[in-house]
Amino acid sequence: MINSGDTAWVLASGALVLFMTPGLAIFYGGMVRAKSVLNMMMMSFAAIGVTTIIWVLYGYSLAFGPDSGHGLIGNFSQVGLTKTINETVGATGHHIPALAFAMFQLTFAIVTVALVSGAIADRAKYGSWVLFVGVWITLVYIPVAHWAFASQHGHGGWIVDRLGALDFAGGTVVEINSGCAALALAIVLGKRNGFRRDPMRPHNMPLVLLGAGMLWFGWFGFNAGSALSAGNLAATAMINTQVATAAAAMSWVVYEKIREGKSTTLGVASGAIAGAVAITPACGFVTPLGALAIGLIAGPLASFAVSRKYKLGYDDSLDVVGVHGIGGILGMLSIGFLATTAANKAGGLGLINHGSLSLLSKQFIAIVATAVFSFTMTYIIARVISKTIGFRVYHEEELEGLDTTFHAESAYDLTGSGNR
Amino acid sequence: MKLITAIIKPAKLDDIKAALQAAGVQGMTVSETKGFGRQKGHTEIYRGAEYTVDLIPKVRIEILAEDAEVESIVDVILVNANTGAIGDGKVWVMPVDSVVRVRTGERGGDAL
Repeated sequence: MINSGDTAWVLASGALVLFMTPGLAIFYGGMVRAKSVLNMMMMSFAAIGVTTIIWVLYGYSLAFGPDSGHGLIGNFSQVGLTKTINETVGATGHHIPALAFAMFQLTFAIVTVALVSGAIADRAKYGSWVLFVGVWITLVYIPVAHWAFASQHGHGGWIVDRLGALDFAGGTVVEINSGCAALALAIVLGKRNGFRRDPMRPHNMPLVLLGAGMLWFGWFGFNAGSALSAGNLAATAMINTQVATAAAAMSWVVYEKIREGKSTTLGVASGAIAGAVAITPACGFVTPLGALAIGLIAGPLASFAVSRKYKLGYDDSLDVVGVHGIGGILGMLSIGFLATTAANKAGGLGLINHGSLSLLSKQFIAIVATAVFSFTMTYIIARVISKTIGFRVYHEEELEGLDTTFHAESAYDLTGSGNR
Repeated sequence: MKLITAIIKPAKLDDIKAALQAAGVQGMTVSETKGFGRQKGHTEIYRGAEYTVDLIPKVRIEILAEDAEVESIVDVILVNANTGAIGDGKVWVMPVDSVVRVRTGERGGDAL
């Protein structure tokens, strides 16, 4: 018996989360230089296309089909989504069509791999990126999604069903996964030509703010939709998302006001994203005050993490590591401190709510497993692509800009002088 | 005949244009440009990374004028471009050999 209210919310959430990826394209596009903005956006749109094709063919089946043994991967029973038609998923009384769930989860896979593209702005071969999306979704995203999202009555993915770590909407699968993959890619592709020497300031800050707004909006589907029902839990996740996102937007700009003397629009946009990231795993397990605490910490922490790349010497161009990797780790760990069964009976108790250390240690294991797997696999995939078809553009192409090189287009017809 | 070129702060363009029109100037060419002088650049901060922007947006005004009018035009520009702050710009005057109006073929002072 399908619950129509729950189904309506999950269907709407799928659309909300899909909206995040064009939002990300605009968020990222505004941050790069004008000569490669179209390429930056194209990487996100390619993620939508390639991931969707994989998802219908075998992606959903391997990620969310019945576990094939040790909680590591699903099986091929849902290949082509043919048998998925007319199946339902969800708790008793909250059944929704399995295809609604498949669509909802597809949009998570899309935005996760699209996030990774921020690490390699202005210097990746477009065709190699398209190939990378397909391989990465298959070998990295699908397994991790199975581990942490495929809850199958205790016999599903190992993180959610066997370890029992808590990740409401993708602190591991989406945030830590994309952050660590981004680090590996940034290392393999190397720095942009002129990194730290030339100004590579964002070419269009209003676009960045527009994209941040689209992400913020879509994030309600991401987090509250992950309740897979339209009730108390979705409402808790939604208000928590709003509170943490808003708090982090403010705490980031306060931190940079103290550090550099100015509050910036890039800061308020980045802070909002960092807050949304950090609350993602926790939004269904903490109170609104818990979300406030997470948001207030997320802003300065992510801002500090972003600044470390100059010291450590990798060119994670748009700060996927600092915002998503570190934000995701914060969110996962925060559950071990702030979780309360008052927010979610199926959740857990963090240390401040007289919980035991075991929840925190489970969170820690989930973080480390995701981070190590994601970084290692991505590093190998990127190296193989580099050694075979090549991943990085030629020097001249990079100077010219990727828009004309790969897409035979330019974003703007600007006759003015200055840095293109 | 002379060519008067003025590099000014973009925000001062409207004042200067209005004052020149009031002073009887019949035409001018305005272009957006970039450059630096004693003002140097300014610093912008993105996610904590500081970038020095050394080419600052300016506006260039070009006016062709009869020799006798040059001093008064330059004075109008100076009065209206001056904020007293560094970066107000410069004005210079160069001799012009000939001027032709495209439509009529008129030359010299008649073309102005």
